Amino acid sequence: MSESAEPHTGDPIGEHVTEHAGEHRDYVGAKLGMWIFVFTELILFGGLFVAYGMYRSMHPHEFHHASGELNVTLGVINTLILLTSSLTMVLSIVAIRLQRKGQSIAFLAATMVLGCAFLVNKFFEWSAKIHHGLYPGSEHLMARPPGERLFFGLYYGMTGLHGLHVTVGVVVMSIMMALLVRDKIRHDDFIKLENTGLYWHLVDIIWIFLLPLFYLAA
Amino acid sequence: MSSTTAHEADSPHVVGYATFIKVWLALVVLTGALVGLSSAHNPNLALLGLLIITPTKASLVLFYFMHLKYEKAGLKYMVTTALAVLVIFIFLTFSDYLFR
Repeated sequence: MSESAEPHTGDPIGEHVTEHAGEHRDYVGAKLGMWIFVFTELILFGGLFVAYGMYRSMHPHEFHHASGELNVTLGVINTLILLTSSLTMVLSIVAIRLQRKGQSIAFLAATMVLGCAFLVNKFFEWSAKIHHGLYPGSEHLMARPPGERLFFGLYYGMTGLHGLHVTVGVVVMSIMMALLVRDKIRHDDFIKLENTGLYWHLVDIIWIFLLPLFYLAA
Repeated sequence: MSSTTAHEADSPHVVGYATFIKVWLALVVLTGALVGLSSAHNPNLALLGLLIITPTKASLVLFYFMHLKYEKAGLKYMVTTALAVLVIFIFLTFSDYLFR
């Protein structure tokens, strides 16, 4: 490869671009790119949290009342599921770095199962709410005060967007699983798995804030 | 000490399982404390939980699970800047609303 084909990175973090059997790898670039994506996600959800804070300050009592209708137990169970899935995700990365492929696969599989369990819980939780006529635009909800309508709008919007992120995470993990099984992710080349981990932990952090704002607000 | 370049992956300096299991235990305990505070029917305690325990949990995930603790200064500055921008946005929006 010519000199010009591999530009000097000049990266502030001071790591290197490496060549493996003609394959171009830039670990720092890959990780930096993922972090920048994480920042855009923070701004996306940050905007929604601002909207929540604003409407809650306008309708404190209605938010308080509406929050009392959410199932705290399900919210806490889902929190424990996501926290545990974050642990298994990070252990999967540690395992592959220690060249324990079997363990890495097992931990990643556990993460996927936990992610699916979260979505199943979410399905039952939403189903119960919809069954009780509590969904955006429903007759039952439209008859209630504006603050409660806003609360449930934000509840469906924010937990829905979060749930979409969990779904995407599980799909990405299934791709990582295939790469791991085929030795495309190895102890000396695991940036894809590490970036998947960064995404998954972000999803966990967002839920850490959703729990007190929606389920424990009463 | 950083952690993710190819050459470093060959080194034995990988943070072991135990550290992360301890962090997970701390997160579970903090979640219990948060639920406990919010069920005490005291708005001040609930607010304390929201403003202290929740960011602490998020920081644990950020520093340990997302590996920020072991990254070089450059990345730490980037993350700090991004979070600072978010806080400024939140602050400006609320000050606009409150002093309108």
